[in-house]
Amino acid sequence: MEYSAIVIGASAGGLNALKTILTGLDAEFSIPLLVTQHISAHSDNYMTVHLNSLCKMTVKEADEKEKIEKGKAYFAPPNFHMLVEEDYSISLSVEDKVNYARPSIDIMFETAAFAYGNRLIGIILTGANNDGAKGLKTIKEHGGLTIVQDPTTAEVDTMPRSAIDLFRPHYVLKLESIAELLNEINRKNKYRDPRIH
Amino acid sequence: MNKPKAEKQNREPDTDVVNKNINLEIKLLLEAIYQKYGYDFRNYGQAHIKRRVLHRLSGSNLKNISELIHEVIYNDSFIKLILEDLSITVTEMFRDPTFYKRLREEIIPLLKTYPYLKIWHAGCSTGQEVYSMAIILKEEKLFERTQIYATDFNQLALKKAREGIYPIDKIKEYTRNYQRAGGKNAFSDYYTAKYESVILDSSLKKNIVFAEHNLVTDNVFAEVNLVICRNVLIYFNKELQERVLSLFEQSLMPGGYLCLGSKESLRFSSAYKHFQEIDDKEKIYKKNFYLR
Ligand SMILES: C[S@@+](CC[C@H](N)C(=O)[O-])C[C@H]1O[C@@H](n2cnc3c(N)ncnc32)[C@H](O)[C@@H]1O
Repeated sequence: MEYSAIVIGASAGGLNALKTILTGLDAEFSIPLLVTQHISAHSDNYMTVHLNSLCKMTVKEADEKEKIEKGKAYFAPPNFHMLVEEDYSISLSVEDKVNYARPSIDIMFETAAFAYGNRLIGIILTGANNDGAKGLKTIKEHGGLTIVQDPTTAEVDTMPRSAIDLFRPHYVLKLESIAELLNEINRKNKYRDPRIH
Repeated sequence: MNKPKAEKQNREPDTDVVNKNINLEIKLLLEAIYQKYGYDFRNYGQAHIKRRVLHRLSGSNLKNISELIHEVIYNDSFIKLILEDLSITVTEMFRDPTFYKRLREEIIPLLKTYPYLKIWHAGCSTGQEVYSMAIILKEEKLFERTQIYATDFNQLALKKAREGIYPIDKIKEYTRNYQRAGGKNAFSDYYTAKYESVILDSSLKKNIVFAEHNLVTDNVFAEVNLVICRNVLIYFNKELQERVLSLFEQSLMPGGYLCLGSKESLRFSSAYKHFQEIDDKEKIYKKNFYLR
């Protein structure tokens, strides 16, 4: 299976978890990442600037209508939902909170599932609510690969547990193993989708 | 490491087909809405439209979008629900306080040199943005010489905007925003609380005209010194953004200002050449003086 994108949802404790995964990726890692991390509406862009300085891949806050490119990680901006368009670009929205969150993981997962179908990998990490569980299930229903952080290793286990309670994901792994699995997939990934540049 | 379970290979083979059918049905739905009611959503961001339509569908007892199209055509009250679904009216007073601060400190002093001022709030939703502006203009002693046009295509939102009555539980947030935006008085000077609501001071409404205007299908209606259109363009595709930005360019007097939402930009549009970037972060642009 070739994968065209990876979507990651994280909440409380997410910054550390994301750091572990993103810095664990190979230098030549090319599958684009889309990340929704719950964050206060008034925060600045500290998180993306910080992660960008630590990672080999480009980490940035998503711009609206931005084309999704190889080798980049796009974060949902504070106070905006991030949606994936079926032409592989990003849309932002200020609509009401979903699961008490804006950005909401479910919105990103659901729209990404429509856009990428079975070429999508979805990952749920640490967090104190249940955002993302439904969306991850949708990804699986569209044939995508689903990964949940092992709740016993999560800083806050509610979010991974909600996902596992709702359906059976393909993998339940600790952070280091998630990075390892993604590297393995990336190496096998011929990634010749002509629609993405 | 575990191998993915067999179910991965056994995924329903037809999700692709289902998705294509849904996309086709949505296209037909938008065409039906446009042909019958004149509201044109065909160039809105499709991910958003699809999400909202599927949401409406799952909360109804209709079987599929094709049945929903039937309702749209034959049931006049159903279209109201759909229009509400498709237009996101979430807003607040002094949203992005740093923007309003910048406006007050940098732009308003320049606008003060004009004897008379016209401002257009496009996509004003339920009015909070417009009243925020009115408050700033009042405090800067400019309100008396200003005419504000506040437009939206959503009639329900416009009705609420005209009333200027908002839920009381928002006031804490509005007050904090007002202060961060450099407010000079107590925010409570501008409203009276009644039961679960606050009623904005009626003097704020004096120079505001609320009117229906559709950015997709309507045209220039006035020449103005300042256009404010925040968090509307994010719902449009590139093509439609082009149209609307050129509409703003045509509506602005030379030397006039255009303000967009914090995540919107003029930079990649063809209207950009007519403007100068005043503030990249707060998305404030000034229209050039020279003729095209
Ligand atoms: C998210 S609200 C933004 C409100 C306010 N400007 C703010 O930033 O807080 C978007 C508004 O744009 C309006 N809108 C969407 N499409 C429109 C169109 N074609 N013409 C006019 N208004 C439109 C919606 O009805 C809604 O009130």
